[in-house]
Amino acid sequence: MTQTGSLMGFVHRQRRGAELFLLVLALAVGIGAYAAVGLGMEGTIPADIVGYGGWLVLLIVAAHVTVRIVAPYADPVLLPLVAALNGLGLAVIHRMDITYEAMDKPNHDFAQQQLTWMTLGVVLFIGVLVLLRDHRFLQRFTYTAGLTGIVLLLLPFLPFIGKEVYGARIWINVAGFSFQPGEVAKVALVIAFAGYLVLHRDALALAGRRVLFIDLPRGRDLGPILAMFGVSMMILVLQRDLGSSLLFFGLFLVMLYVATERPGWLVVGGLMFSLGALLAWALVPHVGRRFDIWLNPQDYYDSVGGSYQPTEALFGMGWGGLIGRGFGNGMPERITFAESDFIVAAIGEELGLTAVMAIILCYGLIVERALRIALIARDGFGKLLAVGLGSVVALQVFVVIGGVTSLIPLTGLTTPFLSYGGSSLIANWVIVALLLRVSDQARRPVPRLEPEPGGPDEEHTQVVKLR
Amino acid sequence: MFLIRVAFLAVLWIFVLSAISVIRSDMFGARVPETLREGAVPSGRKRSKPTKARRGSPTHLIVTGGENSGARAELADAPLLIGRGSDAAIKLDDDYVSTRHARVASSGDEWFVEDLGSTNGTYVGAARITQPTTVGLGVQIRVGKTILELRK
Repeated sequence: MTQTGSLMGFVHRQRRGAELFLLVLALAVGIGAYAAVGLGMEGTIPADIVGYGGWLVLLIVAAHVTVRIVAPYADPVLLPLVAALNGLGLAVIHRMDITYEAMDKPNHDFAQQQLTWMTLGVVLFIGVLVLLRDHRFLQRFTYTAGLTGIVLLLLPFLPFIGKEVYGARIWINVAGFSFQPGEVAKVALVIAFAGYLVLHRDALALAGRRVLFIDLPRGRDLGPILAMFGVSMMILVLQRDLGSSLLFFGLFLVMLYVATERPGWLVVGGLMFSLGALLAWALVPHVGRRFDIWLNPQDYYDSVGGSYQPTEALFGMGWGGLIGRGFGNGMPERITFAESDFIVAAIGEELGLTAVMAIILCYGLIVERALRIALIARDGFGKLLAVGLGSVVALQVFVVIGGVTSLIPLTGLTTPFLSYGGSSLIANWVIVALLLRVSDQARRPVPRLEPEPGGPDEEHTQVVKLR
Repeated sequence: MFLIRVAFLAVLWIFVLSAISVIRSDMFGARVPETLREGAVPSGRKRSKPTKARRGSPTHLIVTGGENSGARAELADAPLLIGRGSDAAIKLDDDYVSTRHARVASSGDEWFVEDLGSTNGTYVGAARITQPTTVGLGVQIRVGKTILELRK
């Protein structure tokens, strides 16, 4: 990781116009999906589309104007991608609501709640951008952030406020509101890892001995990785949450690898996690069952707590085919939690593979932009922060969509921006705000202390070694 | 119904493709603003031998003040680490310098100095730096009691 990754003579433009253009298209996706749901389910364009669309436009315009004022050089593509995914998610949740209402289910206002959470998310997004003018400020809170992250992860174990939902103890309940503190913890932990690694990466990268072409880390440098391993195993065993455990440990490994450029860490970490997962598979019944279901989904279709849900998801996506059944013509309500964990299966059923591919591509672009920001960022902390935030999104999407499509064992995590779930939505909006803040710093023209003495010597774009 | 479905998928993909095209233009279409370029165009002067240093660009970093006065390091080996540690390119015997104190690296034609979280800080001219800072020829970089300069 070189310190000065930006290309000289290559000045980033602000591109706020391009962002506005993409935002208009993103709103067309969101509101268009809402209209299509109305047409498909009830045969008419819904009456409240003006109010709904207006609120969405208002939120997005507020976010855009904030970016224009406080982060003029920020990346132009991130915000529209997020807006489109969020809008599409809202429409699909609304479509599930209509069915749930027809089925007389007690909860059928998920879309309304999700819109409230989105509003809160956008408010936080604006707040982060306005209050945090320089991401390096966060570096001061390295250990505070780490401690906050661990405490948030432990909160669900406290009596009274912690509660267990469907076998996983990841919720807290405060004043009538349910919240998953783990979602916020991941942002805090990314900040903590970035701050820690930027200080200690030389020690972690340089010391060690070479075994079989791989530089193995020194024994005493294993402390932090062992601690993180302990935390993720604790999540796995105590909270019975394979997804979060994979997310946190994978995130730590990726950041460690990026900071040190040493594949040895990946080998050590990968072995440790496989070993841990193997033990969990053998010892924790909840995890072992997930593996059995993954390998033989049909066998457990009828058993209680069996594979009814993932099997129905596979049927749904198969029925949807290439272009889907169309809104209102599928039966995504057969899949339990089609509005949250399994929203990708619902989209696959009614909009088909074409839409699922577009969604995966959108996530791919978000991750690509995050890595690009890391490349051009001028300070080590910003680079690691961007990589960490990008890999949070990447790992989460991989774990969820991989689980829904039965590529890997199913674990409960929310699909970023699409799924119903307030904590996740808020945390992800904050992630995007942080990414935009880093990219604004990175794309801004270099502040010059010294005017170039040779004047005319400076010319031409030149690619420097980026390593 | 079929039309609506196809139309919506089309809108979705138009969005994805335009996002990609914006990224594409962002990569290739960024231009140096004309104001910066003016006066900087004695055109036709191509970089003939990139390895050979051009007129006006520094070739080495030299200690001009402090205990190790006269020690130097070639900028061709950049990035250079400055500090008391054994892995530093310029190893200083200055008690006020941290083991890994600062780093000098290039980007294009410019040279940057970055503080690596040292105890006593790194100064360019009179100012303590908090982020990678451009340094020109002959500008004094101070770490601890030692002063360094970029020289031709």
